[in-house]
Amino acid sequence: MSDIAERVKKIVVEHLGVEAEKVNENANFIDDLGADSLDTVELVMAFEEEFNVEIPDDAAETIVTVGDAIKFLEKNAG
Amino acid sequence: MMMLRRVVVTGLGMVTPLACGVEQTWARLLAGRSGASRIESFETSDLPCRIACQIPRGDGSDGTWNPDDWMDPKDQRKVDPFIVYAMAAAKQALDDAGWHPTGYDEQAASGVLIGSGIGGIEGIADAALILRDKGPRRLSPFFIPGRLINLASGYVSIAHGLKGPNHAVVTACSTGAHAIGDAARLIALGDADVMVAGGTESPISRIAMAGFAACRALSTHFNDEPTRASRPYDRDRDGFVMGEGSGVVVLEDYEHAVARGARIYAELVGYGLSGDAFHITSPSEDGDGAYRCMKAALKRAGLDPTALDYVNAHGTSTPLGDEIELGAVERLIGDAASRLTMSSTKSATGHLLGAAGAIEAIFTILAMRDGKVPPTLNLENPSIETRIDLVPLAAKEKRIDVALSNSFGFGGTNASLVFARLP
Repeated sequence: MSDIAERVKKIVVEHLGVEAEKVNENANFIDDLGADSLDTVELVMAFEEEFNVEIPDDAAETIVTVGDAIKFLEKNAG
Repeated sequence: MMMLRRVVVTGLGMVTPLACGVEQTWARLLAGRSGASRIESFETSDLPCRIACQIPRGDGSDGTWNPDDWMDPKDQRKVDPFIVYAMAAAKQALDDAGWHPTGYDEQAASGVLIGSGIGGIEGIADAALILRDKGPRRLSPFFIPGRLINLASGYVSIAHGLKGPNHAVVTACSTGAHAIGDAARLIALGDADVMVAGGTESPISRIAMAGFAACRALSTHFNDEPTRASRPYDRDRDGFVMGEGSGVVVLEDYEHAVARGARIYAELVGYGLSGDAFHITSPSEDGDGAYRCMKAALKRAGLDPTALDYVNAHGTSTPLGDEIELGAVERLIGDAASRLTMSSTKSATGHLLGAAGAIEAIFTILAMRDGKVPPTLNLENPSIETRIDLVPLAAKEKRIDVALSNSFGFGGTNASLVFARLP
């Protein structure tokens, strides 16, 4: 697993208070991990902070699973 | 005109500087314990007041406060502590009342009215710094919903499925009493059968302490002897001691409570409100606002002032306020002063601002239940002579059938609640 995937999963576990085993790449933040719409906004902010990257709102809307986040950050995080 | 329904108290819950829990707090209050100590959680060296009455933190045993017992840690992170305190007090009160509405009709008839004086002021201060230093994109989506005062009622309603009236009161240090009084009216008028009502406050932060110090409201001469600082009616008093926590009661339509066999603590027979129209922080010198407020509550109760056995005073330990309230009570009760008992439990708990009226309503009810009057701690040398028994230093026994609790707030806002023992 890449370093980025590791860090993304850690953030998801911390922010959503879910067990690490549940946080696989297919996990949907809302449907599988119990997040609400505000939680997803905060998650995206946490990714921005951790990876020092700006995630525009239209890009944020496409990040609905753990895998989406990892893919976006692998492509965009410097 | 429609008939007003009778309103009774069927559940109690509290988190206070004495303990987490009603019975633990009450036992320590009667034992003469003080909740005051030095503030260690933030820098106070540049503040004139470096003490407060703080909730005893711990693992949840022996009356200590463990927030994880009351709210999921991931939700605690999103809110200021006043909401967590309210969640704890509300759960205790609902459990105590044995009221856990399940069906649609029961849920729709059960509401929440919990207020706060200053709500999430600390979270607002933190967010302002983030906005300045990092810009608007770094503000959490939980910044607003975690600071709004009515979100205490919101979180409680969500946790317990309470779908009736959802409301909040903000009247500074009268908040808790106004919340209980207004909630009772919602029941009396038929808007709800059950109301979860009270106040909550988390004001022990650098910004709130600095702000209240700036208006010269806090005690400053007892930083080395915290437990001696809150001393209502004593000649050496020099301001109030900040307190934190929450008090919540379950109020219920009398018939509803009887029908389900609920234990009834007391009836809320009177509620009075008034305004001073005088000054933003000082009470009117003639005490007329306080007098009219108590008078209105007794009128609603249909009782003569001489019926009062006990008054839980607002009594904050400020140089001006204590004597003004005492004068108003003397004017109210006249020659019956010598049989009245009145104490200030803020001497032990400090001043919980928007939660004060709620925890003091609970103390008033418990005094009635047990026939025990909590003391006014540190009242060593009264600054004024009175025939009213101010219960200095130690609790005492007294049968109480009718009792009144006073709350007065910045802005000149006053509330009085009158409770009576059911025959």
